[in-house]
Amino acid sequence: MKANENTSLKQHMGMKAKTRISNTVIYIILVIMSIIWLFPFVSIVLQSFRGGPVKGMTNEIIPSIWSLENYVALAKTDFFRWYLNTLIMALVVSVLQTVIVLCMSYTLSRFRFKMRKGLMRFMLILGMFPGMLTMIILYRVLKDLGLTQANAVPGLILVYVASSGMGYYVSKGFFDTIPKSLDEAARIDGATRAQVLTKIILPLAKPIVIYTILTSFMAPWGDFVFARYISFGASKGMNVAVGLFNWLSKDQINSSYTMFCAGGVIVAIPVTIIFMCLQKYYVEGVTGGAVKG
Amino acid sequence: MLQPLFVRNLRKKHFASCFWIGGTMNHISDLEYLKLPKWRRALIKIAQFFISIPKAFLNLFVKIGRFFKKMGLAVGREIKDIILTFKNGDWKTRISYVIMGFGNITRGQILRGLLFLLFEGVFLFFMFKPTGGLYWMSMLPSLGKEGPGKAYDPIFDTYVTTYNDNSFQILLYGVLTIFFIIAFIVTWRMNVKQNKLAQQILDSGKPLKSGKDDLRSMVDDNFHKTLLALPLTGIIVFTVMPIVFMILVAFTNYDGTHDGYSNALFTWVGLENFNTMLGIGGSGSKVYAATFGEILLWTLVWAFFATFTNYFLGMLVAMMINKKGIQFKKGWRTILVMTIAIPQFISLLYVSKMFAQNGMVNQFLQSIGVLKGLDYIPFLEEATHARISVILINIWIGIPYLMLIATGILMNIPQDLYESAKIDGASGWKQYTKITLPYMLFITAPYLLTSFTSNMNNFNVIYLLTGGGPTNAAASTAAGSAGFTDLLITWLFKITTGAESQYYFASVIGILVFIVVAAISLIVYNLLPSVKNEEDFQ
Repeated sequence: MKANENTSLKQHMGMKAKTRISNTVIYIILVIMSIIWLFPFVSIVLQSFRGGPVKGMTNEIIPSIWSLENYVALAKTDFFRWYLNTLIMALVVSVLQTVIVLCMSYTLSRFRFKMRKGLMRFMLILGMFPGMLTMIILYRVLKDLGLTQANAVPGLILVYVASSGMGYYVSKGFFDTIPKSLDEAARIDGATRAQVLTKIILPLAKPIVIYTILTSFMAPWGDFVFARYISFGASKGMNVAVGLFNWLSKDQINSSYTMFCAGGVIVAIPVTIIFMCLQKYYVEGVTGGAVKG
Repeated sequence: MLQPLFVRNLRKKHFASCFWIGGTMNHISDLEYLKLPKWRRALIKIAQFFISIPKAFLNLFVKIGRFFKKMGLAVGREIKDIILTFKNGDWKTRISYVIMGFGNITRGQILRGLLFLLFEGVFLFFMFKPTGGLYWMSMLPSLGKEGPGKAYDPIFDTYVTTYNDNSFQILLYGVLTIFFIIAFIVTWRMNVKQNKLAQQILDSGKPLKSGKDDLRSMVDDNFHKTLLALPLTGIIVFTVMPIVFMILVAFTNYDGTHDGYSNALFTWVGLENFNTMLGIGGSGSKVYAATFGEILLWTLVWAFFATFTNYFLGMLVAMMINKKGIQFKKGWRTILVMTIAIPQFISLLYVSKMFAQNGMVNQFLQSIGVLKGLDYIPFLEEATHARISVILINIWIGIPYLMLIATGILMNIPQDLYESAKIDGASGWKQYTKITLPYMLFITAPYLLTSFTSNMNNFNVIYLLTGGGPTNAAASTAAGSAGFTDLLITWLFKITTGAESQYYFASVIGILVFIVVAAISLIVYNLLPSVKNEEDFQ
């Protein structure tokens, strides 16, 4: 009896030691990962405070001269114009895109009409074309409308919003999980379809509404392709991504590298704060989207 | 969720065994299959995969055939119905065949009738105005007859350039006119149908719907049409029509020197661009075919590694953080999620500068003396280095997403599965391969497919990190001067924004990307064990 207990105790101890070792290994891996993941961000903040005559890349990780001059210098460039452009686009796009995506996904989730399956299949096929393909003609058409270069902001908003109905998958997946019996009960009580949507579904759909607003708000900050092509060299119509990208081009990097870092920090801070606050909803959306395809 | 996968595997007929693996020509039974050693089961699985590819294609063609048959029958039915409606219709219905909405108005449905009439008016005006639909349609086969020329200006005594036809506009408005005609035919058909219905309703003695009823149904029975109107208009105008236009461009010689208006007209060239790109036909150099082949191969290799490294490493990280006894779970996750929050152009551009020739990483390696005489490691400057680097840096970008997704799914795996596995003495690795992995793969199979195809079109990572470079000397004579890390999509972008802007090549690449993506999706969808039934989720 005693011997048996002893061995099981030993086994238990052995298990414990094993767990401790594996946990330690995991902690070490996680710490190393955290360093790798955070290093670029810490480093960009440090670089943004680097003063002195050298504005290009150097080998110092921690700046020897600290100053705010890079942030001050931003005011003399078009940076805040780009910032305003991007902010306007992000705000307008997040509202309009959310409305459109919700219309689309709610309809495809809740209604059973004749063309529904065909419509979904059609959009699936449509989505297989690279979006960049349409850039050439959209540019020409927007140019004829006078919505390119310096006036690129309304043009870009149009482009972002118009085809946003294609991205209905995630929120359709969410609507699919709301029981249909709710709709039917309300319909029996005499509510119209529109009332069902506004009075019953929307309050329940808060997480997905926030998710859609969040993702569509973040998109214009990172869009590079369309923004670059449609603003086409006109500084007044650029967004932050295009403007800052140019500062890292071969002929400008030696004079603007630290300014790029400062600009990057100013762009990243509000977006990151908003994202971190609404992280919960983002995670819900992403996980739900992956599971339901 | 595990159960169905297992059962489905059991039910499958292992027809693959009929050749070299099994040795016999008979299908083996499920029991026999389970008795086979592991490697033979794996071989059977692989053989099954390859055998089912032609089958999948065959299925596709059968489906396409059926689709056309169905379409043909439907059109026949419609035409028959139109003729019958005319034969059986009263005079109001018959006049409606020419004047749309006439029947509606005379029967008291003023609102509907006026809308029909208005649409017909707009359509006829557009078609018959001087440079209207008819003009565009008539110019479409040639894309313009007279290009820009010189004309003598007697007032200033010089030659000035005169602009005549505009190929771009002709193609654009031509496409628009075709869409408009289709819309008109559909509306006209609707108008005929409405007359038939109205007649039937009146014959049976019931009242027709009034305009007020129509408006009410817009927020009720027909609410879906109201909701879809705006999104679908946007998609048709800004996605469908541009794609149709760009597909047509692939068959023209539209580029920087043939811009269709101020330099020279462009015109139809048939399949010439496809032949050049794919190296079909004897004439012309093979440089495009070679470049295209190389880039396509790299795109597929990239998509494969980018998808699966992220997938497995992300899952691993999620499992590490989820492990019992690990503290600060939320903290670790937050650190990783930072990469998603910060706009990619900032993080990727900064990382690309870190790995540059004179960047931080090289300087650091230099200072600790690892380089041993080398000046720098060409992380992004040499073909193989650059290809490995972009895949590694993409892991940095991708792990957080997968970590989030995997965390959500892992938490849903019933814990009793693990407990019973533990009691049976299964090791951690066994538990992983027998429970965690099958569960994850089953649930995320559709996600893996979409992530593969979106990685094929992952513009940001490649363009911001390397800009497609380093330059591929062998491909330098091809348009867009493709580099070693260029994907098809970045090549397309380079051609479009390049000095000569061969839009037709960009368009050809776009179409080929579509074909590749569609083919992969079709094959995988047909092979997936979980052909999803969307109603299951409701």
